[in-house]
Amino acid sequence: MGNRIVLVFTILLACQLAGEVIARLLGLPVPGPVLGMVILFVALVIRGHVPDDVGVVTGGLLQNLSLLFVPAGVGVMLHAGLLVQNWLAVSAALMASVVITIAVTGLAMRWMRGFAAGDEPEGQP
Amino acid sequence: MIATSREIWVYLAASPLLHLTMTLAAYLAGDWLFRKSGQKAIFNPVLIAIVILVSILLATGTSYATYFEGAQFVHFLLGPATVALAVPLYRQFERVRHSGPAIFVALLAGSATAIVSAVLITWLLGAPQNVVASIAPKSATTPIAMGISEQIGGLPSLTAVVVILTGILGSMVGTGLLNRLGVRDGSAQGFALGLASHGIGTARALQVSEVAGAFSALAMGLNGLATSLLVPLLFHLLGQWFWP
Repeated sequence: MGNRIVLVFTILLACQLAGEVIARLLGLPVPGPVLGMVILFVALVIRGHVPDDVGVVTGGLLQNLSLLFVPAGVGVMLHAGLLVQNWLAVSAALMASVVITIAVTGLAMRWMRGFAAGDEPEGQP
Repeated sequence: MIATSREIWVYLAASPLLHLTMTLAAYLAGDWLFRKSGQKAIFNPVLIAIVILVSILLATGTSYATYFEGAQFVHFLLGPATVALAVPLYRQFERVRHSGPAIFVALLAGSATAIVSAVLITWLLGAPQNVVASIAPKSATTPIAMGISEQIGGLPSLTAVVVILTGILGSMVGTGLLNRLGVRDGSAQGFALGLASHGIGTARALQVSEVAGAFSALAMGLNGLATSLLVPLLFHLLGQWFWP
C-alpha cells in the first residue's frame, strides 16, 4: 500500500476542496463534500472503472461511516435543557416523521417500479 | 520526577489525544454490543457511543468544546467519506439510470413528507418557533441542514443534534419497517434510508447490500438539494398560518 493510501486520500480531499471552491464561487446551497462526490463520480465515469486502490481505501472508510457521526452527536449535551423542555414535541416529531418518511419514500419507489414493470411480461402473475 | 495523577489528568484533559481515543473506544464498545446482541436495532452503535461519551463528559465536568478538540479529527473525515460515496454510486450507475422516474417521484414525495410531518407535529405539540425551525431540515445531511436552519431562524447546533438523532432512528427502524410494508427491493430500501436518514441511513444501507448503499448515497445527495429548496418555501407557507 505505502503511499497509495496517501494518493487516494489526496484524491478525496482534492475533490472535496474543488467542491467547496465551486459551491462558494457559484453561490450554490449544496455543501462542498456533496459536490465533491459529484466530481469524483464524473472522474470515475471518464476513467471507465474504479482503480483497485480507490476501491480498497474508500471501502474501508465507508465501512466505518457511522463512527464519523459520533462527535456531532455528542453535541446533544449542549442542548440538554432545550431538549428536556420540548422533549415530547421533539421525540414525537422525530419518531413519527422518520417512520412516515421512510414508508412514503419506499412505497413511492415500489409504486413507480410497478408502473415500469407493468410493460414487461414478468410483471404479470 | 514522577508526575502525580492530578498532573497527568491536567495534561490529558487538555490534549486532543484522550478524547480522540475515547471516541474510537466508545464506538468499538457500541459496535461490540450491537454484534453481541445479534444486531438488535436498539443497540445502535452510534447511540451507545454517544450515551457513553456524554456520561463520561458530564461525570468529569468536561465541556463539549474541550471534547471536540480531540473528536474533530474523526468529525473531519465526514467530508472525504461523503466524497467516497461516489464509488458505490458509480458501480451501481446502470441500475440508477433505469430508475430515473421512480427516483424523481420518490424524492419529491419523501422530501416534502419529511419536512411537513416534522414541522406540523412539533408545532401541534407546542414547541417554540426556533425549535420548529431547527427540526424542519432534519432529514438532510448535517452541513446542509445547519445552513438551512440558520436561514429560517433555527439554532444550527440544535439542528446538528436533531439530524444525528433522525439518522439513528431511521437506521434503527428502517429495514424492519420496509420489510413489513413489502418493500424488499434493495434499491427502494436504500433510497428510503438515505432520504430519511442521510449518512447514518447510508451506513446502514451499505450493510444491507452495495445496491442499497448506492441508492442511499444518491438519495442523501438529492435530498440535501431538495430540502434546501423546499424548506424555505414550505416553512414560509406554514409559518404564515402558524405564527400570523
